[in-house]
Amino acid sequence: MEILLLLGLPLAGCVALAFFGARRYAPELNAATSLATLAAAVLLTVRVTRYGPLTAGGEQFYVDSFNIFLVALTAFVGFTTAVFSRPYMRAEQRHRKLSARRLRLYHSMYQLFMGAMLMALTTNNLGLLWVAMEAATLSTVLLVSLYKTRASLEAAWKYFILCGVGIAQALFGTILLYFAAARTLGHEGMSALLWTHLYAVRAELEPRVVALAFVFLLVGYGTKVGLAPLHNWLPDAHSEAPAPVSAVLSGLLLNVGLYAVMRAKTLAAASIGSVLPGRALMAFGLISALLGALFLWRQRDIKRLFGYSSIEHMGIITFAFGLGGPVANFAALLHMTVHSLTKSSVFFTAGHAAQTAGTQQMDEIRGLVRISPALGWGLLLGSLAILGMPPFGLFTSEFLILTTAMRADPWATPLLLLVLAIAFAGIFSKVQPMAFGESAAPRLPHSSAVIPVYLHLALVLTLGLYIPPALAACYHAAAQLIG
Amino acid sequence: MLESALVVELLKLLAAGMLLVSFAMLATRRIQRLISLFAWQGAILFLSTLLVAHDAGLTELYFSAALTLALKVVALPLILHKLVRRLDAQQDSERLVHIPATMLAGLVLVILAFGLAQPISQLATTILRHTIGVALAVILLSFLMMITRRKAVSQVIGFLAMENGLFFAATSATYGMPMVIELGIALDLLVAVYILGIFFFQIREQFDSLDLHHMESLKEE
Repeated sequence: MEILLLLGLPLAGCVALAFFGARRYAPELNAATSLATLAAAVLLTVRVTRYGPLTAGGEQFYVDSFNIFLVALTAFVGFTTAVFSRPYMRAEQRHRKLSARRLRLYHSMYQLFMGAMLMALTTNNLGLLWVAMEAATLSTVLLVSLYKTRASLEAAWKYFILCGVGIAQALFGTILLYFAAARTLGHEGMSALLWTHLYAVRAELEPRVVALAFVFLLVGYGTKVGLAPLHNWLPDAHSEAPAPVSAVLSGLLLNVGLYAVMRAKTLAAASIGSVLPGRALMAFGLISALLGALFLWRQRDIKRLFGYSSIEHMGIITFAFGLGGPVANFAALLHMTVHSLTKSSVFFTAGHAAQTAGTQQMDEIRGLVRISPALGWGLLLGSLAILGMPPFGLFTSEFLILTTAMRADPWATPLLLLVLAIAFAGIFSKVQPMAFGESAAPRLPHSSAVIPVYLHLALVLTLGLYIPPALAACYHAAAQLIG
Repeated sequence: MLESALVVELLKLLAAGMLLVSFAMLATRRIQRLISLFAWQGAILFLSTLLVAHDAGLTELYFSAALTLALKVVALPLILHKLVRRLDAQQDSERLVHIPATMLAGLVLVILAFGLAQPISQLATTILRHTIGVALAVILLSFLMMITRRKAVSQVIGFLAMENGLFFAATSATYGMPMVIELGIALDLLVAVYILGIFFFQIREQFDSLDLHHMESLKEE
């Protein structure tokens, strides 16, 4: 029932907004739909934490401790982004002369994107997972090119082609997994595609085929996560899309991609019975983190800068999942949560700052703290949080990852520290003048668009100081499951 | 038994045809011919799915074959032809990077594909198990085609050809995926082509051409 609401509400919102998306009240309708979706997600969360994992819809849906916190997170960030998007898109409409049709497209596709991600998270069927991931890509392609500028068209094309190719690899991986499972589970019905059934027979699956399937799934869904060397679409799409879309792409879609990779890894590790899948994740993760951090230095565009920061963080999370074990997995799950909250808030402020300055070039954005204190401090605090400064939540997770790496794989620790140091210098040296530099621009009136920023930062701060027992239990159970 | 042996031979013939079409696509300059080749590839996929359905007696596969016929032989080529006509790109031909080198790279990919498919072929029990290598080769060749092309339309055809290869792989290895999934995939594909259609017009409006080498402004300096 809750799942029906969770998936049905965004879809209904998508249809309704396809008709009324250009009306005066469309942004409110968009936010209201997201709020209702959040309510459904909360109901589902309460049920799962109270009664444990549940399957629904003829076993087509499965919710356990691993995906429930992602469902809640996705619905929450989806709602706050819709709230942020309300004043932001109104201003964009004035500045960039967005037509009514474009605005309708934006609102409708935003809901479809939310629905597709929630579908990908809750489905038990690996085939449906693929279909939902592809739907999530398709719904955002037109959002990336919303402004129809040359650069945004180029970014959207790159995004479509790269993710399309990537997701085709993932489909091949899914076919191989189905093939391996059908040998034990039979072709009857869909049980050979259902994750719960696959998990039950994970030790009996043919290791060679599963290994091959895992490689294809890792490369395929890894493209969506933005793992190097398949990350090329990510900075472009993040810099050209409207700020709310950048926020949900970075904060949510990357998580969903990683979720798909981890479901595959859980099966593969048990079937192959070796450390190979974990090692592959560590390698991909470390390369992405290093590359993301190094490229931070060369950025001039504010949203591109934080796009590379997302690559770096996804790399760190992937590395932690590759390390495995209860502590590293716990840290990775926590990092997924706090990164999503922080990065979306950073994109809110970055988008808002670019809007007030009239450019995304960082050289031309100066003195935000004086022009608009709430915005300037929001950007500064968000950047400090994303850099892993205590007492924010990212410090906790990064600290846990580092200490685990020191015990399990000491060689990786200096590399990780290097990544964090490079990223710190790279981002801080660019954000500091934007916040405190000299500017002749007049003071701006207070904007309501910054409320979600402080809400997110407050949550990240709270998670850095205190993790509620229910959430910790959820992470522990999920960490156990991933193994 | 005799009939089954005949079916196997026919399937091998069709698989060979599929591979041939993929190579022809790699070397074709004219966009309209590329679309026709794509339709042929779909037709071969349809015939082989039909044969397998007949041999294995699976109703689901008949539906899958019908879906292939409707979508990949009729609908998509028609849409693409119409798009090309509306974009006035019928006569477009594109310069390709060194065709012999591309062909050689394609050959290497085919060998690689057969090597990769070896363990799966050994384990498969389907009548098509020897052609899994061909399916993987088609996927990789389409991938190569996407890399070597500069025009938006040809890249999309490469993408669709890759999907053909994937369907062929699914049929070869496991008699296809469950129906719901195939429908979902087909829906995604159709939406993708629709979105790309919108996209082509936007790209041409902005760049006055569908050549993608204009699109090289977004990169690290």
